[in-house]
Amino acid sequence: MKSLAELAALRDQMQEKIGIRHEDTGNTRIVVGMATCGIAAGARPVLQAFTDEVAKRRLTNVTVAQTGCIGICQYEPVVEVMAPGKEKVTYIKMTPERAARVVNDHIVNGSPVVEYTIGGMK
Amino acid sequence: MYRSHVLICGGTGCTSSGSERIIEAMEKELAANGLENEVKVVKTGCFGFCTLGPIMVVYPEGAFYSMVKVEDVPEIVSEHLLKGRIVTRLLYKETVDEEGKITSLDETDFYKKQKRVALRNCGVINPEDIKEYIAYDGYQALGKVLTEMTPEDVIQTIKDSGLRGRGGGGFPTGMKWQFAAAQPKGQKYVCCNADEGDPGAFMDRSVLEGDPHAVLEAMAIAGYAIGADRGYIYIRAEYPIAVKRLQVAIDQAKEYGLLGDDILGTGFNFSIELRLGAGAFVCGEETALMTSIEGHRGEPRPRPPFPAVKGLFGKPTILNNVETYANIPQIINKGADWFRSFGTEKSKGTKVFALGGKIHNTGLVEVPMGTTLREIIEEIGGGIPGGKKFKAAQTGGPSGGCIPAEHLDIPIDYDNLTAIGSMMGSGGMIVMDEDTCMVDIAKFFLEFTVDESCGKCTPCRVGTKRMYEMLEKITEGQATMEDLDKLEHLCHYIKENSLCGLGQTAPNPVLSTLHFFRGEYEAHIRDKRCPAGVCKNLLTYVIDQKKCKGCTLCARACPVNAITGKVKEPHSIDPAKCLKCGACIEKCRFGAIEKR
Repeated sequence: MKSLAELAALRDQMQEKIGIRHEDTGNTRIVVGMATCGIAAGARPVLQAFTDEVAKRRLTNVTVAQTGCIGICQYEPVVEVMAPGKEKVTYIKMTPERAARVVNDHIVNGSPVVEYTIGGMK
Repeated sequence: MYRSHVLICGGTGCTSSGSERIIEAMEKELAANGLENEVKVVKTGCFGFCTLGPIMVVYPEGAFYSMVKVEDVPEIVSEHLLKGRIVTRLLYKETVDEEGKITSLDETDFYKKQKRVALRNCGVINPEDIKEYIAYDGYQALGKVLTEMTPEDVIQTIKDSGLRGRGGGGFPTGMKWQFAAAQPKGQKYVCCNADEGDPGAFMDRSVLEGDPHAVLEAMAIAGYAIGADRGYIYIRAEYPIAVKRLQVAIDQAKEYGLLGDDILGTGFNFSIELRLGAGAFVCGEETALMTSIEGHRGEPRPRPPFPAVKGLFGKPTILNNVETYANIPQIINKGADWFRSFGTEKSKGTKVFALGGKIHNTGLVEVPMGTTLREIIEEIGGGIPGGKKFKAAQTGGPSGGCIPAEHLDIPIDYDNLTAIGSMMGSGGMIVMDEDTCMVDIAKFFLEFTVDESCGKCTPCRVGTKRMYEMLEKITEGQATMEDLDKLEHLCHYIKENSLCGLGQTAPNPVLSTLHFFRGEYEAHIRDKRCPAGVCKNLLTYVIDQKKCKGCTLCARACPVNAITGKVKEPHSIDPAKCLKCGACIEKCRFGAIEKR
């Protein structure tokens, strides 16, 4: 390392990687249902897909987390997206491919993918 | 990206309770569940809450798992890391509310009143990864100093901050640097005193284990300020984890060009080497430490000349303690005024204490100067176990003294502690309850100094030995009141005539206990009685004939058959045979056996 600029660049790059260890109250939360019903319906690759997609786009302020069964087992894998100050959006019957689109349309561009939501699919 | 970070404490405390095995088990279990690319395991430094170790913190939830066992790991992985269900039974009770939701660790009694400056990265970063230190603004202060500040600016900032030596002496750090900087140009040295030797003190070890780069960065800053290009860290070999992490840190800093030649392209050179001490307490004294680095036997020499003028290898040298250095980068980054906002008028900033002894929350605590002893012991420390009464707190180790209950409310800073006959010391704080004999405690510390006296000067070598013998006489009930006067006289003589700090402070434990607990000394001498029931020679074990049911349990427990009596009839103890081991007291279900 030969300059202060290089040091600053490395710091910024590393801060993204450890942001997870701070308070995440301002973060958009992507919560994947990982109860037995969810896992049986294929939630595991969905969780992985969200993690990968968030990493690929180097999104900060996004938390990928899991939760238990929310009681609509027939619609699993269920994923909820909670952005601060906005209403919760519930996606159902998710797949890894759909996960990529949710990250792109909803998380990055701010428009929920209505056809995957519990209201849109019925 | 890792969606979850699992931080496991790799400090000495948690390591000794098995955290290494937990890390191994965690990595294996994550791999078995195919989670190794989603969940990152980070070995950190000390969280401070050693009594709860091994400690594991899982992010993003911030779940604080305490006293984790290897058997708990599969459950944490399958429940928490895979399914997102927090293992509530392992959470520290204060971090979970009635509904089972996680509450912030900062709100717990232990952490609420703490202000972590020197320990800010301990338990937060992986100390063996320089990139994590950099992420937390690491080496920014060095960069700022080298590009924006003159050496005079740096010294002025440290002086303005009011930072005083955290090794115990409390000498203003900026002044020390100024003296060394004022010496003519030429070879100068920057040394770090990591020879932490006070019984019960482990804050320096924890800083080195948890945040080694902070010390390296500060030493480089000091080098720039005084015009030195070489540094030595003198660390005791009994700290293997700290030694290893320091070496890793030095190697990484060199690799990243943050130590070595032409740092950050500014033309400034600075290198650091480790020197391992063999564990002699006297080597914590600055002149003895430097003599030891030079390769000689660690013995002090008279001052002046002070190290700032003629130190290591006869060159101007500054020597600061680990915790002092740990404060420096943040003072540079955040400014002297920020640092001055904590503390009292004459003692600025925070101080780390190693809390131990008869207290619920054993561990490391960092509080602003001016916090009272009561806050540390009752609020942060959680009070004394078993409903016992507080008797005294010992600060400053073998150089310090005892603080009795009547001084619980004084704000702790350098000057207040000195005023009541103790000292800040490096920050060991041993809490004692009513079962502690103050004469015995004084004897314990004297035994330590007798052992550790280097033998160079007579007052310390012979004087401390004589003091120890007098204390022994007192605890055996053989002493007279004249002995007590002689002891006190000898204390003052040793204080005034010893060559170095070791001897000059060695009588402090005796003087302060004599001052606050004179009655206890007198009870030993006049009444041949140890009020706390500790000194064996002054105790007799007696069975209360009214309470004894004749169950024979005590007689069977006695290793020397000193207890006799028929079944269902009161027993009695033969004092001539009794070893005073206390085995009978533990066995008696009726509280019939008493120490007198």
